[in-house]
Amino acid sequence: MSNVVVVGGGPAGIRAACMLAAHRLRPVLLDEARNVGGQGYRAPSPGLRLDMDALMGGEAAKYHALQAAFASIRDQIEYRPGTLVWAIEGKTLHVATDEGSSTVSFDALILATGAMDRIMPLPGWTLPGVFALGGAQVSLKDQGCFIGRRVAFCGSSPLLNLAALQYRKLGADVVAVCDTTPLGAKVRAAPQLAAAPRTMMRGISYLTSLMRAGTPMLHGVTLLRIEGKSRVEAIIVRDCRGRERRFACDAVALGYGLKPEAQLAELAGAEMRFDATSRLWLPKIDADGRAGRSLYLAGDSVVIGGADAAEASGELAARAVLSDLGIVHARSVARGLRRRVFRLRRFQRALARAFVWPANRVKDLSDDVALCRCENVSVGEIRRAMDQALGPIEVNRVKAITRCGMGRCQGRVCGPALQELVASHAGIPIEAAGRLRVQAPVKPIPLSVARTLAE
Amino acid sequence: MPRMGAASMDERPGLFVRAVDRDGGSIEFTIDGSPMTARAGDSLLAAILTNASLLRRLEFGGEPRAGFCLMGACQDCWVWLDDGRHVRACTTAAVAGLGVRTTPPALAEIRNV
Repeated sequence: MSNVVVVGGGPAGIRAACMLAAHRLRPVLLDEARNVGGQGYRAPSPGLRLDMDALMGGEAAKYHALQAAFASIRDQIEYRPGTLVWAIEGKTLHVATDEGSSTVSFDALILATGAMDRIMPLPGWTLPGVFALGGAQVSLKDQGCFIGRRVAFCGSSPLLNLAALQYRKLGADVVAVCDTTPLGAKVRAAPQLAAAPRTMMRGISYLTSLMRAGTPMLHGVTLLRIEGKSRVEAIIVRDCRGRERRFACDAVALGYGLKPEAQLAELAGAEMRFDATSRLWLPKIDADGRAGRSLYLAGDSVVIGGADAAEASGELAARAVLSDLGIVHARSVARGLRRRVFRLRRFQRALARAFVWPANRVKDLSDDVALCRCENVSVGEIRRAMDQALGPIEVNRVKAITRCGMGRCQGRVCGPALQELVASHAGIPIEAAGRLRVQAPVKPIPLSVARTLAE
Repeated sequence: MPRMGAASMDERPGLFVRAVDRDGGSIEFTIDGSPMTARAGDSLLAAILTNASLLRRLEFGGEPRAGFCLMGACQDCWVWLDDGRHVRACTTAAVAGLGVRTTPPALAEIRNV
């Protein structure tokens, strides 16, 4: 029997595993998290008295359905939680758990490794109390904790209003929602967003609920700085009329949409291509998620499509595996899924116009702003390195010289802003500035674990 | 010189605020030697940040850090433990008796902070 391995226990990974299990392939499901659900559909940690129905509102049914689907296949798969895949060599995965290290071999590999927040730094963003927007939701769902008592939600993302509303519902003081995209851009994107009327209406209802509650809702703002001595005390923004406004707060949730966690795909040999809409390098796939021989990619780890696209693309990738193994499955269902994934991902492209990544903002950052959190590399250090005679204009060279992107996160956080900074400072298109290459281990591991690579 | 991490924590409440309650009892642990209380089931990050306003001091410059992505990606929340381990707080469970260090134990000893 073929050995099919799925990496990631979110909506894409679970739906892929379900489809494979239905054809009695007994897939291996490796998940770095201790509980399935990924970030969006994650279950509260044990003992937490969190009403997920109230928190998730209209999306609660999907959350329950996904968790139930996993429960129903639990004994038909080999499920290994708490398992980090940190390197891929040929058809071998190097994995690390609390217990130690080992390898897992595969005939076919489905990567469904999800996404994380995309961040544009601003002065003060490394202060305690500033967290990624998705993280602000995770701390609530996973730990039942607010990131602070008085929270400002800042950046530009469809999740901004949703997270703010979830915080409000549970009793946090939402001091402001500061969206950097002008309202006019949202109005202009509306005709395309209307392609998914339910999603659009849901977005509008979040906005109106917050407005009714009296939460200051600002559009087209510039985030100037976060102030505080040893933790967040306020965020200062310039509103769309040019007025400077100060919101006292003890926490800031910051995010500009999501970016794929595509590191393992790249290590597995996926070809990376520049995507002009997101201004990110993304793995190249066919309509079913094939990225190479025996390599399949699904969910937000390929291109941001949201949870519904993740579920559909997970099943679709699993069906591609079945096809390639010569196993009979309903091709008509696959065709439907293909259309659905295409439509949902196209919708996300329209969203990118309503919630804009502030690419130009990097030019205005002062030299003292930290770009790389891990190694504390400032914007000025990067500019100075580039300004030297024969200074680098390619991100990997800049990384080698400044150590920006070389720290523990491997450029996950600073990467997108670094690419914008290098391109703008060199005066070249972003795709000409190159892309940060991935190295194993994709996340920190003890040296004792790394020995499997040498053996 | 006072113990930097502990002193600043004694004066300040935590960053995180509990929105909902948890079943299960409380657990005792320490931050830089000072006794703290958390709840069984907490992540180490939640256990620390409901008590304190920082997780650690950055190796490059010593500024306070409290994590960022909260989902195991940014690696900003690694803390040192008294037993010598170095762990990512957001994906590690809080366990009774843990001793957390906001600075590397070896460095703290040498510098007497």
